[in-house]
Amino acid sequence: MSGPQQELSVSLWRGGQDGRYENYTVPRRESQTVLDVVTYVQRHLDPTLSYRFACRVGVCGSCAMTVNGKPRWTCRTHVAKVAGKGRLEIGPLENLPVIKDLATDMAEFFQKWQRAKGVFAPSQTRHDPIAQIRPNTPARMAADAAIECINCGVCYAGCDTVRWNFEYLGPAALTRAWTLVNDQRDAGNRERLQAVAANGGCHSCHSHQSCQELCPQTLNPTAAIAGLKRRAAAAYLKGEIKI
Amino acid sequence: MNVRLYVWQRGTAALMAVLVPIHIAIIFYATRQQLTAADILSRTHGSVVWASYYGLFVAAASIHAAIGVRNILTEWSPLADRVAGWCAAFFGGVLALLGFHAVIALVLT
Amino acid sequence: MERRGSALWIAAMIHRISGLALAIFLPVHFFVLGLSFHGGAGLDSFLRWTDQPLVKLAEGGLVFLLTVHLLGGLRVLVIENMNWRDGQKQLATLAATAAAVVAFVFLVRVF
Repeated sequence: MSGPQQELSVSLWRGGQDGRYENYTVPRRESQTVLDVVTYVQRHLDPTLSYRFACRVGVCGSCAMTVNGKPRWTCRTHVAKVAGKGRLEIGPLENLPVIKDLATDMAEFFQKWQRAKGVFAPSQTRHDPIAQIRPNTPARMAADAAIECINCGVCYAGCDTVRWNFEYLGPAALTRAWTLVNDQRDAGNRERLQAVAANGGCHSCHSHQSCQELCPQTLNPTAAIAGLKRRAAAAYLKGEIKI
Repeated sequence: MNVRLYVWQRGTAALMAVLVPIHIAIIFYATRQQLTAADILSRTHGSVVWASYYGLFVAAASIHAAIGVRNILTEWSPLADRVAGWCAAFFGGVLALLGFHAVIALVLT
Repeated sequence: MERRGSALWIAAMIHRISGLALAIFLPVHFFVLGLSFHGGAGLDSFLRWTDQPLVKLAEGGLVFLLTVHLLGGLRVLVIENMNWRDGQKQLATLAATAAAVVAFVFLVRVF
């Protein structure tokens, strides 16, 4: 590509929770992604910059950061789409403690996954015949529509209720719980519905739908959580679970 | 927010989805007809129907508003959940007291 | 945060704020009614007080708050109990407009 080189003005979060934004100037390139920009800064301007990435092609979810106020996968965000006035502000994902610079501590995100009982509870052993799962039953379709979560944390970072309520399990954990509620092989639904019906469970969701709008896998946690609300409420009214 | 509070809040909401439009229609009618106090009170005096309708409305609104206020307190204020719960319950109680007082006054005056 | 401007986020905020406003208004409403229902004279003077333009304007505001809160609540009930539907942003905007229309009609009738 020839012609005068354009430049991009970039603010990156540096430091821990009490850090600050620092400015860098980065050459603008064709088809540049935000991850390219962060990588350029670390390689050419400041090797002390900390950030996460892995696949660089939009299948792992490691590179999620806050770009101009919105949580996104930086490898799949073209600079041309977001740097309207030649300015970019990049920070770590919100709602998570900052380790350093653009890397957050995702421990609580995964702990809530466990608390929501987002773990398969087997009902059979290897000695039983293989379960026959028809792909077009309503339950399996509901599970399949919600199963492709790769734990990138974008929905969690974008959720107001996560921000306001430290107990709230969050869209990803609840969506996984929903897939298991719909899994005919799973035997842990009483405990799971009990877990999501407690304080900070699915009923704390206000259906702002930021999760659904932001999910890079085009999943719909709002709908999954709505399903959980119904199932948990029915179980409660039938006396199957207690608060 | 848990499943118990949720069921009560959504339940009262669904009930009021019916009661509120009726109330709005009543207010529209009363203001259009420019009803006087005598008009209103003569229609409501001793009426089981009015007492039941507005009594139910007051009960539902008190529960619904209390739970809503609890949500706002737990999410937007620094109060602990238990304290927020007590404040909200107190608020609901006050609302119910004032509301039932008004309903009684409406049908017994 | 950029997404705070999304139509559905605004709908949720209006729903919450209108609920809070109604929660503040209701005890006053019940209290005043309780007083004014005691004997027709009390109610008559109250009704005369409500004839003032500012009061009528405030009442219009209340009708708006109640209607918009009801419609916002219906949005939540539909999401939680019916099949997912697209086009919710448009519906949310329509609901807010409908609430404004209802309040406007009320104002026209009382003025």
